[in-house]
Amino acid sequence: MSGARPGAARIDPLGVLLVAAGAAALLFLPFVVFKANRIVPGDPRTLAQVLPAWAALGCAAVLAAAALTALWVANARARLLLALAAVATLALAAAAAGDALTPPGDRIVRIAPGGAFWVLLVCLGLLATDATTRLRPGPGVRVLFLAASLAVAGLALAHGTFDHLSVMREYAVNAARFAREARQHLKLAFGSLAAAAVVGLPLGVLCHRAPKLRPGILATLNVIETIPAIALFGILMAPLAALAAAVPFAEQLGIRGIGAAPAVVALFLYSLLPIVANTVAGLKRVSRAAVEAAHGMGMTSWQVLTQVELILALPVILTGVRVVLVQNIGMVTVAALIGGGGLGAFVFQGIGQTAIDLVLLGAIPIVTLAFFAALVLDALVEVLEP
Amino acid sequence: MITVESLTKRYGETTVVDDVSLTVERNSISVIVGTSGSGKSTLLRMINRLVEPTSGRVLIDGRDTRSEPAHLLRRRIGYVIQGHGLFPHRTVAENIATVPRLLGWDERRIEARVTELLEVFSLDPASYADALPHQLSGGQQQRVGVARALAAEPVVLLMDEPFGALDPIIRAKAQDDLLDIQRRFGTTVVLVTHDMDEAFRLGDRVAVMSGGRLLQYDRPAVLLTRPADPFVSRMTGLADRAMRLLSLVTAGEAALPGASDGPAVAPTASLREVLSELLWCGADSARVVDADGTVRGRLTVAAILAHGRP
Repeated sequence: MSGARPGAARIDPLGVLLVAAGAAALLFLPFVVFKANRIVPGDPRTLAQVLPAWAALGCAAVLAAAALTALWVANARARLLLALAAVATLALAAAAAGDALTPPGDRIVRIAPGGAFWVLLVCLGLLATDATTRLRPGPGVRVLFLAASLAVAGLALAHGTFDHLSVMREYAVNAARFAREARQHLKLAFGSLAAAAVVGLPLGVLCHRAPKLRPGILATLNVIETIPAIALFGILMAPLAALAAAVPFAEQLGIRGIGAAPAVVALFLYSLLPIVANTVAGLKRVSRAAVEAAHGMGMTSWQVLTQVELILALPVILTGVRVVLVQNIGMVTVAALIGGGGLGAFVFQGIGQTAIDLVLLGAIPIVTLAFFAALVLDALVEVLEP
Repeated sequence: MITVESLTKRYGETTVVDDVSLTVERNSISVIVGTSGSGKSTLLRMINRLVEPTSGRVLIDGRDTRSEPAHLLRRRIGYVIQGHGLFPHRTVAENIATVPRLLGWDERRIEARVTELLEVFSLDPASYADALPHQLSGGQQQRVGVARALAAEPVVLLMDEPFGALDPIIRAKAQDDLLDIQRRFGTTVVLVTHDMDEAFRLGDRVAVMSGGRLLQYDRPAVLLTRPADPFVSRMTGLADRAMRLLSLVTAGEAALPGASDGPAVAPTASLREVLSELLWCGADSARVVDADGTVRGRLTVAAILAHGRP
């Protein structure tokens, strides 16, 4: 192999790593795990054991093509395409394994994707992410791509492609509750974000306009940020319970020591620092000459703030919102511990029952949600950046 | 007309502007010069109340500037700063339309005014109206800054080191443009600079400030011939004061009757430029000739030199 020959591709270092990890996983880890019921440990099954020969070969061929591309093909578009094809193949193979291993009409056995499936998924995900980064798609293309993949996944779920896999089995049992907890999860995450924006923006503007207050406010928020979530829930229980007892109607409004109230308050407090700090940083970045000119031309202070300063600071402020949103979507999970609800309820219930599928029923949507929120807001920041 | 009466600004113990009084005639350019920290910018910013004076007052056309809210006052006064201060998120046309929008002009009038100003500043409306400031060169940005300040037809234009960020060639062009614009719109201009050449070139009157005090406020020639203070002579420069004096008189003003076979010079050329031309050609006299070829008279070396003495 001569590196000097034109067209001769060099071996991609990331590809080596991903292919090695993927191959090792395929060799040493089960592709799916067969469990007689939802809590017993399962029997490992390899790809060849669960699929008919022709399907296993096809699946292996696609994976091999993706591996070769990861190793030797520099073209980012080809890498992305093969990574996506391999992900789809992997998902279909798992679904097929579920269908093949489930006795007709049976609702007790659980077919869970095994270690090899997850490792391959991560490797292919990294390959796709790397290819996307090299392609540098615009924000519009990225959001469109996101929407398309969401639509494909949604269609497959609605069609029942994955119905025989363990996570979907858990979903089938909990469908009504899942919708409720998902709504609660979004309500907690976005509600605390909205509250933090309503308070944090003016606080950030205040810090900018009154530099004497800035160190005090930011230091206080920094201290709050260092308190672990569980501890903060605990700290809030007593005062909120006292408030509920002391103020008439407070309890009817949902203010209690446990439940959603302390969760929202805690998330709100955590959200303040990124919003305030980014508002201050964004306003500091605004050209002093533009602000001076705005005042000099006869804009009122409010007009200077809303028409010049905040608009020019918006990309930086939105970066703060992105941090908060992703942080909140993750942190709402813990709210389930104090009766706040949300998808974390499945996670903790699953841990309690050692039912890993139930944990995944909560965890997979949480991760997906955080991922999508980050990508959409990143795209928005990029659009607004002049 | 702007009347500044005993303006003083103190920050704690420090007096930044100390009891300054001066009058800027209508349709004239007054230039405030001084070293940094002389209080010249603060004095300018007290005229449009970006800085509120500790004591004293400012009248514009006889009306006290404190008789209306500061932001309404500023909409009637053009303001240009160093580094232009254009809004990076708004197009050139939107930038220029800022004050007319604040004043609630109707869209047709705003559009007509923006187009007019772009043409005055030699920026083709078709290609520049929708451009963003960062797409323009430094000189173009500066012109848009001045156009924006003039958009609502202010009677007074305040300029704080407006050409400070420009390179010398573009700066000279911008200064010429300002003189043209001032004549065209009849605006009363107050300009702050630390550059004495700029002050002499633009100012009908020049105010020299130091340590917050106004040392002298007079025509440039008087600053040279009868400086009120040693600091004024230092600012105007002792070594080349005769040449500066020559640069203040044009050939048209100094031309004497008679003919000459020397080189032809324009009546707008300064005596300094004519003298330089005569030295270069080794001639004793020059013909002063209009653009259309009419001979306006002649200038001898001796006549020019007479203008360089106090």
